[in-house]
Amino acid sequence: LGDDPLTPEVLDDLETLLLRADAGVEATDQVLDALRRRMNEEVVDPAEGLRFLKQQLCNLLEAPIQDTGTDLLAPERGRLNIWLFVGVNGVGKTTTLGKLANLAVRSGYTALIAAADTFRAAAVEQVKVWGARSGVPVIANSTANADPAAVVFDAIGAARSKSTDLVLVDTAGRLQTKHNLMEELQKVRRIIDRLAPEARVESLLILDASQGQNGLRQAMAFAQAAALTGVVITKLDGTSRGGVALAVASEARLPIRFIGAGEGIRDLRPFNSFEFVEALLANY
Amino acid sequence: MFEELSARFEDAVKGLRGQAKISDTNVEDALKQVRRALLGADVSLEVVREFVEEVRQKAVGAEVVRGVTPDQKFVQVVHQQLVEVMGGDNAPMAEAEDSPTVVLMAGLQGAGKTTATAKLGLHLKDQGQRPLMVAADVYRPAAIDQLRTLGEQIGVDVFSLGDDVKPEEIAAAGLAKAREEGFDTLLVDTAGRLQIDTEMMEEMVRIRSAVEPDEVLLVVDSMIGQEAAELTRAFHDKVGITGSVLTKLDGDSRGGAALSIRKVSGQPIKFIGTGEKVEALQPFHPERMASRILGM
Ligand SMILES: Nc1nc2c(ncn2[C@@H]2O[C@H](COP(=O)(O)OP(=O)(O)OP(=O)(O)O)[C@@H](O)[C@H]2O)c(=O)[nH]1
Ligand SMILES: Nc1nc2c(ncn2[C@@H]2O[C@H](COP(=O)(O)OP(=O)(O)OP(=O)(O)O)[C@@H](O)[C@H]2O)c(=O)[nH]1
Ligand SMILES: [K+]
Ligand SMILES: [Mg+2]
Ligand SMILES: [Mg+2]
Repeated sequence: LGDDPLTPEVLDDLETLLLRADAGVEATDQVLDALRRRMNEEVVDPAEGLRFLKQQLCNLLEAPIQDTGTDLLAPERGRLNIWLFVGVNGVGKTTTLGKLANLAVRSGYTALIAAADTFRAAAVEQVKVWGARSGVPVIANSTANADPAAVVFDAIGAARSKSTDLVLVDTAGRLQTKHNLMEELQKVRRIIDRLAPEARVESLLILDASQGQNGLRQAMAFAQAAALTGVVITKLDGTSRGGVALAVASEARLPIRFIGAGEGIRDLRPFNSFEFVEALLANY
Repeated sequence: MFEELSARFEDAVKGLRGQAKISDTNVEDALKQVRRALLGADVSLEVVREFVEEVRQKAVGAEVVRGVTPDQKFVQVVHQQLVEVMGGDNAPMAEAEDSPTVVLMAGLQGAGKTTATAKLGLHLKDQGQRPLMVAADVYRPAAIDQLRTLGEQIGVDVFSLGDDVKPEEIAAAGLAKAREEGFDTLLVDTAGRLQIDTEMMEEMVRIRSAVEPDEVLLVVDSMIGQEAAELTRAFHDKVGITGSVLTKLDGDSRGGAALSIRKVSGQPIKFIGTGEKVEALQPFHPERMASRILGM
């Protein structure tokens, strides 16, 4: 961008950048229109224009976070916390849960994992490996295709008896168009609310940064079924920028809480909208 | 069918209606709408640009036959071009002259490689073949268990040397076993990897050298966004793909990646995954994919 004036060509480059980051045509049009309006009102040099654009994007991401009143998501001490991990297939639910179990232990919480993916081949074995890495016990039902709600039931019971701080619930991946599977998830969510009305529940949608425009549909559908309270964006160690998060934040009004940037146990960071926007527009 | 498409592109082609023919000036709006539709379907930007130019060239000055209006003609050109780029007829899986046929699975984390390996295993078994699946992912927790469980489900043998042996050695040992015991096909499941992970991409090249595959299938999640083109380019440049499998098409993603993968690699999409179950594998049909991308 450098010293060029904010010409139509520069705007085209910005458009390219946003589109390539999976921001989507609509969101891209919106922010660029805002920039164009701004340029009509007063003379804007490129640096100022870019700052304006970044501010717009930051505001978009910050709004839902501000609405919750908590900048940094953490379990509440002295109370039962239940974190539910949901999303489509293969996005990183189990891995993110494993990383958070580790973070919880390092931060001095007692934790428990509910292996409520009773469907995918070796899902229970996978989450058990993650539990073992941090010494976090795993509640599972060894019968194939056991009722996930029953596993959650057992886990909440176990957490009560041991005064556990945090229960992490792994669920099977499911496409948001699968009606019966979304109902099954709804049932899991209901059982949590019914069994543990005193608990603080976080229902987190795991969103793969490499995904495109379908991400918004995922957010809308899972918000309905699982009463989402937040989002985690995974696989940001790749070259994908996760631009669909802009639409998810603005249209589904969901706060983004963490980002995953690798397969290692420590590859998880709290979400920072400023950093995210800088990375999104990193070519400039 | 074209009426349906025309209806969807109502706005796109309204500028063409009532015109005598498609010209450089009246085609602009229609092309802009095509661009939007393709981007909305997650076709990679570079591929969209190329595609739109091709459509422009084919559409402008195109002979409009009696009874076909310019707007109908335009939609026809778009659809035909999509089908053409995505490869005309369905391409079958490679078969080696001397068995076993070796198939290497590759792709990003979570794309659906292990599931696709089992689906192909079942597909081959149903055709009366004897496939052997090789567990060459030594990184993902319980990856071997996953393939073993699937192998038991479908009644196909799984070869593993645990997770303390290098993937290329496991693959080579699997091939030796397949030769000795007369298996028809060797299906090598590998760990997910990012195309920018140099070490892991080099490992992939070593696995390839160890088994000299007849088929290298890039497994791609149909929900993937703009990354599709770069992903395909990197795997094709470094490993050399011979085809691909597009997964999770049982959802409502538009699947624009199909166009990007095909255009960047020039290699056919061979199968699609349409569910989590091991039976949910189908041959790829360019016609259906074209309609899906255009949002029909
Ligand atoms: N590069 C990278 N890979 C990741 C990240 N998070 C998860 N993965 C990988 O993505 C793949 C899928 O992760 P899982 O945690 O099994 O995903 P899931 O959503 O639980 O999958 P299902 O339960 O099958 O729906 C694994 O290979 C993980 O190692 C990340 O932040 N970066
Ligand atoms: N709905 C649906 N789910 C699928 C399909 N193919 C795979 N999956 C699911 O996607 C998730 C990831 O599949 P895997 O086969 O484990 O993917 P992978 O590429 O082997 O993952 P890594 O080994 O971790 O890189 C699992 O939950 C699968 O059940 C499909 O066609 N449709
Ligand atoms: K994926
Ligand atoms: Mg999982
Ligand atoms: Mg796998």
